[in-house]
Amino acid sequence: MEVTRTPVGATPADAAADLKIRQYDAQRMLRGDMSDEELEEYVRSRVLTTTLDQALTWARSNAIFPATFGLACCAIEMITLVGSRLDIARIGSEAMRASPRQADLLILSGRVSIKMAPIIRRIYDQMLEPKWTIAMGACSSSMGVFNNYAIVPADKFLPVDVHVPGCPPRPEAVMYGVLKLRDQIQQKPDLGWRARYDAGSTIEVLGTEGVPNGGGSITTTRTHVGPGRPAPAPTPEIAPGLVLPPTATPSA
Amino acid sequence: MTAPTDTTGKGPSDYRKLEESVTLSPVANPSGLGQSEELLTINMGPHHPATHGVLRLLVTLDGEIVRDLRPLIGYLHTGIEKTCEDKPYWKVVPLVERMDYLAYYFNAMAYVHSVEELVGIEVPKRAQYLRVIHMELNRIMSHLFWFGTSCLDIGAMSLLWYSLRERETILDLFESASGQRVHTRYFQIGGVIEDIPGGGWVDRCRAFVKELPTRVAQFRDLIYANEIALQRLKGVGIVDSQRLLDLGVTGPLLRASGVEWDLRKAQPYSSYDDFEFGVPLGAVGDNFDRMAVRLAEMEESAKIIEQALDGLPEGPVIVDDRKVALPPRHELATSMEALIHHFKLVTEGFRVAPGERYSAIEGPRGELGCFVKADGSSKPARVHIRDSSFVNLQAIADMCRGGYIADLIATLAMLDPILGGIDR
Ligand code: SF4
Repeated sequence: MEVTRTPVGATPADAAADLKIRQYDAQRMLRGDMSDEELEEYVRSRVLTTTLDQALTWARSNAIFPATFGLACCAIEMITLVGSRLDIARIGSEAMRASPRQADLLILSGRVSIKMAPIIRRIYDQMLEPKWTIAMGACSSSMGVFNNYAIVPADKFLPVDVHVPGCPPRPEAVMYGVLKLRDQIQQKPDLGWRARYDAGSTIEVLGTEGVPNGGGSITTTRTHVGPGRPAPAPTPEIAPGLVLPPTATPSA
Repeated sequence: MTAPTDTTGKGPSDYRKLEESVTLSPVANPSGLGQSEELLTINMGPHHPATHGVLRLLVTLDGEIVRDLRPLIGYLHTGIEKTCEDKPYWKVVPLVERMDYLAYYFNAMAYVHSVEELVGIEVPKRAQYLRVIHMELNRIMSHLFWFGTSCLDIGAMSLLWYSLRERETILDLFESASGQRVHTRYFQIGGVIEDIPGGGWVDRCRAFVKELPTRVAQFRDLIYANEIALQRLKGVGIVDSQRLLDLGVTGPLLRASGVEWDLRKAQPYSSYDDFEFGVPLGAVGDNFDRMAVRLAEMEESAKIIEQALDGLPEGPVIVDDRKVALPPRHELATSMEALIHHFKLVTEGFRVAPGERYSAIEGPRGELGCFVKADGSSKPARVHIRDSSFVNLQAIADMCRGGYIADLIATLAMLDPILGGIDR
C-alpha cells in the first residue's frame, strides 16, 4: 500500500496558496477540463488503491475481538491485558465479547480439563469464520506442571494459531502473541498448516434418523475458507430432521 | 439434559449417572405456587462471563424469582492433590500454589505450615514476618481483584481499572521479591527462598500501604454514593449467621453476618499475635456488608504490613537445618557436605516420619486448611486442601433463593468463588 502525500507548505502563506491550487485542480477535474495525462497524475496523487483482500485483512487484523472466556490462573493475567498498563485497546482488541457468535479470537487462558474440553470445542464451533485461537500458558499447550490424568492439551481438540508459553505468561507475552496473530493475519493469512491438518471449522451433523442421539454416527464435514485451501469434500447425505448433539465431540 | 452419545458400548459412566441424578424435586411443588404456574430450569455456565470462572449453575426460575439453584462443579478439575503424591515434599509447593489462583501465597503457606508442624521445624522470626508481609499483600491483591470484577458484574466498569492499577503495584513488589508476578514459589518449607531485595523494596511497599487507605476511601465514595449500586447490594442475599455456621462458611462471608471468627486472631500462626489489627464485622449479612467487610479488611491488612515492616527483625530467612532446606548457593563451591546435602535434597527430598497433620490459616476467602499425611517416604501419602471457596459455595442456594435472577449475579460476585480452588 503506498500513500502519497502532498507536502504541506512551510509557512501558512504557502499552505494557503497550496490549498488554492488544489481547489482549482479539483474544480477543473470536476468540470472535465483535465487531459489524459494530467488526469492520470491527479488520480494517482489523490486515490489510494489496494486490493479488497488486503483492505479486509487490514480491517480484520486490527479489530480482533476476543471472547470473554477465562479458565484458570492465566485468565487473571489475561484480564490484566485490558488494564491501563497494557491496554489492549491500543490494537483494537478491547471489546471482549461474551457471545462466541461475536468473537473472533478464543484465548484459552488456563488448564483445560477433560470435562471442559468438549465445551470449549463447542464454543469454538459456535464462533463465526474467520476465527483464531491462542493457547495461553503452559497448561493449555502442554499440560504444564501438572501433566496428569485430568488435563488435555489444546492441540488435541482445537486448531491453535499461537502458543504463548509461561506459567502464567506475562501480560506482555500475551500482547506479543496477539501482535503475532495480527501479523499472521495481515501478511501470511494462510500458513498452510490448517490445510495440512485439515483443520477448518466444523459443522456437526447427526447421521441416521430414528436412533436416539444419532446412534454414535456423527459425521463431520469441514468448510474451507481462504485462498489455497482445497475445495470442500462433498457433503454426505444428511437425513432430514437435524438435531444438534448435546455436546460436541472433540476430534483428535 | 440428555446423555451424550455412548460410543464405548459400556453404558454411561458412574459419573455421568451421578450428574444426571441431580434433581430439582424439592422445588417441584413449592408452596404458594398454583398448578397453572410453571417453573423453568435454566443452565448458567460453565461459560458465562459472570460466573467468575467455569462454574455451572442449574437455576430453577419462577418468572424472575430464583426458586432453587444447584452448582455443578468439576470443569476445572486438575488433579492437583493426586499429582502432589508424586512429588517430594518441597516440590509440592508450586502445585498447591496453583489451586486458588488468587491466593497463591496462602496456598503455599497452608501447605508449608502443615509440613513444618509435621516435621517440627521452627521457622526463623524474619521469615515469619516476611511471610506475613507477603500474605497480607496477597490478601489486598485478591480483594482488589474481587472488587474490580464484582463491580463489573453489577455494572460499575471503571472500578475494574482502578483496582487493576493498585493490583499491578502489588504484583511489581512480588516480582521484585521473587521473580514472578503470579505463582511466585516464594515460601519454602522452613522459611522463604530469599530475603527481600534492597534497592527500595521496603520503601515502595511502605509507599503502597500508605497510599492504600486513600484508594479504599475513593472506592467507597464511588460505591456508597451510587444509588444503583446500593440498591443492588443492600438487603440482598441475607443469610443468618447460624445457617452460615451450619454450612461451614468462613471468612469475610461469615464476618459480614456478625460472627467474629478470624484464624489470625483465634489461632495465631506465623507471629500474627505480634500485630495490632481489627477484625471488620458486618451487621446484617447482606451483600453490602460483604463488600464493606472486604474493603475494611484491605485497610487492616495495610496496618499489619506497616507494623511488620517496622518490626522486621534481622536474621536468617530460612532454617539452618540442611536436611530440609537447600544450603546457600555460595557454600556449594567450598563445602563437600553442602554439596551432598544439596544433591540429596534435589534428587530425593527429605523423608518425613509417618504421621498426619491438619493446619489451617485465614485465607482471603476464609479458612484455608491443609491436611498432609506422611508415610515415612520422601513423598506425601496424601495432600488435601480444605478450600474455602469450595465450602462457601454451599451457601449460594441459601443466599439466592427467593431473590431475583439479577441479584443472583451480584450475590455470586460477593461470594467470591475461585474455581481453581473449588475444583482443584
Ligand atoms: S499455565 Fe500455569 S498459570 Fe496458566 S493455568 Fe496453567 S498452572 Fe495456571
